[in-house]
Amino acid sequence: MSQNEQGLEGPPPEERPHPDGRRNSQGIRIDPEVEAEPDSRTAMISALVEHEPGVLARVAGLFSRRQFNIESLTVGPTTVEGNARLTLLVEETEPGIDQIKKQLAKLKPVISVGELEERAVRSELVLLKVNGDEPDKVQAITEMYDGETLDAGPRTITVQLTGSDDEIADAMDAYRQFGIIEVARTGPTALSRGDRPTTPGEKPAAEATAVGVEPDGGSEQDGEAESQAETTN
Amino acid sequence: MSDSAQTAADPEADAETEADQQAATEAEPVTDGSSSIVRALENAGVEHAFGVQGGAIMPVYDALWDSEIEHVTMAHEQGASHAADAYGVVAGSPGIALATSGPGATNLVTGIADANMDSDAMVALTGQVPSDMVGSDAFQETDTTGVTMPITKHNWFANSADTIGETVGNAFALAESGRPGPTLVDLPKDVSFEETDVEPGEPELPAGQDPPTTADPENVEAAARAIERAEKPLLLLGGGVIKAEASETARAFARDHGIPVATTMPGIGTFPEDDELCLSWAGMHGTGYANMAITHTDCLIGVGTRFDDRLTGGIDTFAPEAEVVHVDIDPAEISKNIHADYPCIGDAGTVLDQLTDEMDHDPDAREWREQCQTWKDEYPMDYPVDKNAPLRPEFIVEAFDEATADNTIVTSGVGQHQMWAAQYWEFTEPRTWVSSHGLGTMGYGLPATIGARFAADADQDVVCFDGDGSFLMTLQELSVAVRENLDITVAVLNNEYVGMVRQWQDAFFEGRHMASEYNWMPEFDKLAEAFGAQGWRVDNYDEVAPAIEEALDYDGPSVIDFHIDPEANVYPMVASGAPNGKFALSEDQL
Repeated sequence: MSQNEQGLEGPPPEERPHPDGRRNSQGIRIDPEVEAEPDSRTAMISALVEHEPGVLARVAGLFSRRQFNIESLTVGPTTVEGNARLTLLVEETEPGIDQIKKQLAKLKPVISVGELEERAVRSELVLLKVNGDEPDKVQAITEMYDGETLDAGPRTITVQLTGSDDEIADAMDAYRQFGIIEVARTGPTALSRGDRPTTPGEKPAAEATAVGVEPDGGSEQDGEAESQAETTN
Repeated sequence: MSDSAQTAADPEADAETEADQQAATEAEPVTDGSSSIVRALENAGVEHAFGVQGGAIMPVYDALWDSEIEHVTMAHEQGASHAADAYGVVAGSPGIALATSGPGATNLVTGIADANMDSDAMVALTGQVPSDMVGSDAFQETDTTGVTMPITKHNWFANSADTIGETVGNAFALAESGRPGPTLVDLPKDVSFEETDVEPGEPELPAGQDPPTTADPENVEAAARAIERAEKPLLLLGGGVIKAEASETARAFARDHGIPVATTMPGIGTFPEDDELCLSWAGMHGTGYANMAITHTDCLIGVGTRFDDRLTGGIDTFAPEAEVVHVDIDPAEISKNIHADYPCIGDAGTVLDQLTDEMDHDPDAREWREQCQTWKDEYPMDYPVDKNAPLRPEFIVEAFDEATADNTIVTSGVGQHQMWAAQYWEFTEPRTWVSSHGLGTMGYGLPATIGARFAADADQDVVCFDGDGSFLMTLQELSVAVRENLDITVAVLNNEYVGMVRQWQDAFFEGRHMASEYNWMPEFDKLAEAFGAQGWRVDNYDEVAPAIEEALDYDGPSVIDFHIDPEANVYPMVASGAPNGKFALSEDQL
């Protein structure tokens, strides 16, 4: 509705040649007739980080502001003082997983990032509080799934389970008959199999200390690591 | 400042002063956190800092009293962050912004975010309440590291005077290394006061932060083969080329191999726009010929660009026939928006040299070069001038360009005026175009002009194109320009609209000018004079050249309020998400 008829000279859009090629939403050239959008998959990512204040906030903020889907995150110390390992379960498309790894690696406190292979060792710890009306049956299920009873009261029984996602899911199904009152799950954590390091270039502390060398970090970071532990436990 | 200018005029006195200062510097040991911070800045070669005083940063300012570093007191902390950003762009080393805690720090945020989006090196130093009060909601307390975490390359909370200088050095080194960006160090007042005799050394990168240099030779080899066999190769030069000081290498690469060049907007200046190979910049308001070339290329060599949406238009139709060679120092930019068939991670200049070394022959692109020339003829950036009609903004930009030397620095705010400045100024040198690209910060212009002036050589003019809306957002910084007697010229392209919004409302919102019509604007020429600057008002074509000449001749800040055609629009235009090749040349094509 503008009054202005101003404009530039030249052939209008419909008179210009336009190529037939197309890219998908990941910017990959495709044949538009056959190519569908890529599926997402789950990936277990391990990040070795300097255990300094705010490192968890930096990682959480990164996932939030870049809209990466994160299913779980665990954090804990490694053999190297001042370092920590974050284990993340994410669900993204292949390019999305690639972005997650690269963006994580850009964070200054992140030392190394690796994706765990399918056959990596994975485990999760679950605390489960069930109705205690049938203690014998609960005990039988707990033994069946190599669990441990941590608390048995007149009305509730609390058990601990560890295992892979599938094992935990099976066990939870079995407990459902008693009525599950509360659940707390750590989320899975993982290490690579064999002597392959979990994140590229990762070394145990023993190697460094055996030759009398202080691990990376020094006294300042030790102090910071302590204060961080308080905020993450 | 006039004092230092006078000293500089007398070489002997200058040498004496320098020697005295040198001696004084060596004689004055670091005594506390503040002096350690200032020493770290001196060790980094910092000559200027931009900031605003305030409670928690007072110890640091007190330490600056004894330093050679020239501090420029800005009117507002946002101005300090934009000035520091622009200073860094022109100088090629990080600008420094200082602010106190709380509102001081939060006022810096827009400038830090702007620097982050444009990968501009900058160090922000913020005061913080004393450590034992942190977390208590103390007076002027803000969680500054928390607030700035997503908009900095990295930030630090300083917790010890012994390491504070080293941390500031880390912040400086990290800001300028690899892909540059803003860093911030939050400085609690007690730590600034705390005694220490630890002398900080030269700025050092934090461990493990060394950027890549050379790209994987196998990838380079594959990329070289792709370029060799291309029939329609196009070099797309982004702002990263300027940051890598690789403009000369990129120019040689294009000319040696006969490859046409388009730039991104931040890449303006990497390649001379008067060169036959140059298609100027591509994207939403880029030239028709650059957008045609990017649409039809079969091998796009992107260097130091992040394929921003204002460049690509719709991803599905971006360079749809092209194999993409992507040269970037940030691995995370590879295949982020546009899939890279040939990723080359490394320093722009180094990788371009690697590619040249690897290439056995030039691509056979004669027909393609001719095609590009044809597009230049088909889509000229011509506009009608009717001396009886209202002023065309393009004419003003070209008149300024004609009246100034090639090394003139052009700054801008954000909006229509920014696009006209970028389109109609013929840029030939890197670091002469200073603008807010990624964040699109209205109000960037004037404070950026101040920062740019301090970084510019004495023989360089600094000209700011601003819009009326953009200028109104930060014009209090005129007080700084006058106080410091800065030789700058501000050209306000005044249409009494938030012009770009008005243009979009006409195109996409049925001309409903909701909150885009000002209807009334202060008289900027008189406002300028109230500040102590020189002001002109120009309504007619005949007044343009004389006003420009007088303003450029005036040795101090000058403001020309150009009342332009309020209906003037920016074309070409690629609608958001549309194919670049379908750029509109007028509103009815949108």
